[in-house]
Amino acid sequence: MGGETSSKPRKVNNGIVAAVCLAFFTGMVGMAYAAVPLYKMFCQVTGYGGTTQRAEKQYAGRVLDRDITIRFDANTNGIPWQFEPVARSVTIKIGATAQAHYSATNKFDRTITGRASFNVQPEMAGAYFNKVECFCFTDTTLKPGETLDMPVVFYVDPDIVNVPELKDLKTITLSYTMFPVENKKPVASSAPAAGSSNKVPDSDASLGG
Amino acid sequence: MAEAAAHDHGDHRPHGWVRWVYSTNHKDIGTLYLIFAIMAGIVGGALSVAIRMELQEPGIQIFSGLAQMVYGMQGDAAIDGGKSMYNAFGAAHGLIMIFFMVMPALIGGFANWMVPIMIGAPDMAFPRMNNISFWLLPPAFILLLSSMFVPSAPGAFGVGGGWTIYPPLSTSGQPGPAMDLAILSIHIAGASSILGAINFITTIFNMRAPGMTLHKMPLFAWAVLITAFLLLLSLPVLAGAITMLLTDRNFGTAFFVPDQGGDPILFQHLFWFFGHPEVYILILPGFGIVSHIVSTFSKKPVFGYLGMAYAMVAIGAVGFIVWAHHMYTTGLSLDTQRYFVFATMVIAVPTGVKIFSWIATMWGGSISFKPPMLWALGFIFLFTIGGVTGVQLANAGLDRSLHDTYFVIAHFHYVLSLGAVFAIFAGWYYWFPKMTGYMYSPVIANTHFWVTFVGVNLIFFPQHFLGLAGMPRRTVDYPDAFAGWNMVSSYGSYIAAVGVAIFLYGVFEAFQKKRVAGANPWGEGATTLEWQLPSPPPFHQWEQLPKIK
Repeated sequence: MGGETSSKPRKVNNGIVAAVCLAFFTGMVGMAYAAVPLYKMFCQVTGYGGTTQRAEKQYAGRVLDRDITIRFDANTNGIPWQFEPVARSVTIKIGATAQAHYSATNKFDRTITGRASFNVQPEMAGAYFNKVECFCFTDTTLKPGETLDMPVVFYVDPDIVNVPELKDLKTITLSYTMFPVENKKPVASSAPAAGSSNKVPDSDASLGG
Repeated sequence: MAEAAAHDHGDHRPHGWVRWVYSTNHKDIGTLYLIFAIMAGIVGGALSVAIRMELQEPGIQIFSGLAQMVYGMQGDAAIDGGKSMYNAFGAAHGLIMIFFMVMPALIGGFANWMVPIMIGAPDMAFPRMNNISFWLLPPAFILLLSSMFVPSAPGAFGVGGGWTIYPPLSTSGQPGPAMDLAILSIHIAGASSILGAINFITTIFNMRAPGMTLHKMPLFAWAVLITAFLLLLSLPVLAGAITMLLTDRNFGTAFFVPDQGGDPILFQHLFWFFGHPEVYILILPGFGIVSHIVSTFSKKPVFGYLGMAYAMVAIGAVGFIVWAHHMYTTGLSLDTQRYFVFATMVIAVPTGVKIFSWIATMWGGSISFKPPMLWALGFIFLFTIGGVTGVQLANAGLDRSLHDTYFVIAHFHYVLSLGAVFAIFAGWYYWFPKMTGYMYSPVIANTHFWVTFVGVNLIFFPQHFLGLAGMPRRTVDYPDAFAGWNMVSSYGSYIAAVGVAIFLYGVFEAFQKKRVAGANPWGEGATTLEWQLPSPPPFHQWEQLPKIK
């Protein structure tokens, strides 16, 4: 059905249209995969979905005469650790740098590596919650029975009072969930128990929103 | 079907099974698509009737027994297996109706049949690719059906995650092979649609008869062109997303695994970037069909032709930037919600243009209420109801309380089950004489319409009340307070099932009685090119190019 001999005056090549469509298709599949790093980047830049900010500066530069309470929360998922904040909350001045402590104890008879993911509530405050130092930036390995004190150094950006939704905010909750890093295997029962599946993505990945 | 019109000198058409399996003829492939869609629709419909039988009364009615019968489960295992089976029925019903009934009927069936004829082309641009597009569908359908008979979670069979297959339920929650089969099925059905879309775009761009400019092209061809672009833009994103699911499940990737830096919400973004345009893919060809029918049976040209065409373009374009209105409860920021509420409401504008243009087409027209017109009017009426509840649900504040309730079920069944399906039947009764050469019995067709109209409204209107009262979707059981309207809804589904039986009998009766329809049974109102050909059209049409006025 090529129709090369047809009487049509304006003959556009079908192959070209099909090729453009195909390129379009390939591009969209590429976009779907590009969405993964883009989404991560987007979350980090905007603090979307409560992604906290990793501060480059060590301090805010100015401290407001206003108190804000930071509450601390800890969960575990699939890791036999006792993981909890040392203090439930701390009240600081907006802009002041503060330190909080979490503690983790390995309750298992084997050495386990864990990684914490985190976010803050309310979500919009994520963009203004700056971590100077955090155990969540790296993986933590605990021997059986070992307890580790894990500090978080942070400040709340004074610009938070300029956001209409956040200007009267009294409390921010910082929440961590500790996950095991090892022994990840595919969930489908038909899967090959491949060794390659133990590969741990670089820890920056845990910054994703 | 085209036997009667065997005429032309070069009648080198193949016969027997070769004609169908190796077919490169757009009309034969369209017929195959329509038969496939009818069969898949019966399967999908049977699943929904089973769901309604279960929900007819509070408590578990039939699914424990079904699990005993089908999976050989006993005792408590049968109760739990039955609950999972209910979920699997819901997921399969959705996937079948979308990918194997509405899309094959509207795009593969009617568009394949009518678009080349309407634009004055002898066939599709890539006839062999057309053949592959169709023959990819049966294996995809078989994969999806077989997924219902293999394990998903322990003690459960079939995909239990709904048609949206959100992780983590679809990854760590359903480790068995059922989900893998379903993902593969969607992949293949998607490949079929992509090939079809490329074929339609090339055909419509390159093969219009001389004088048939884009701005003179029939609205159905416009609708199919826009639909093909939507498919080309959205389906690859779904393919990417479900491939990520597949590798997360089988190869240890962590796209959606939070403890390894992934994010389950990302799947929802990708899925709905496909999913929202998909609902326009399902309805736009219906818009095209209804425009032709309203114009034909009002004996007037369609009101505001260019406005109608560009309203569809606008719906298609805006449809890509509203996806997160399916995700108001996932913790979007207030500003994001404001944007998506606004953008979603904007879609009501071009949709309103279409509704009012149909009404304006009928205004002052000489209207005859033949069966296709009845279905088209039913479409406009019911689609508008679904559109109104859609505007309500677009509001993030209201959606908070209505999310995942039966109100949402009622909404999308009003636009799809009563919208798209009514458009399919309208197209069926409009083009059946053209495709087969036989006229159906108008009495049977009218009975089919009224039984279906009463049935589906009985099913879905009470679901608005149930949803407002807080009945959640995707649950096998419900508190006794919801019993009354659920019973009404279930009776409605039995009536609608009778409607399907009447439809099938009507088809049988038409082939049995062989009333000759003639080239144009609808009179002067039917102005598009297909009515200039005999019924059924010759195996190869437009060897003499048509004159475009």
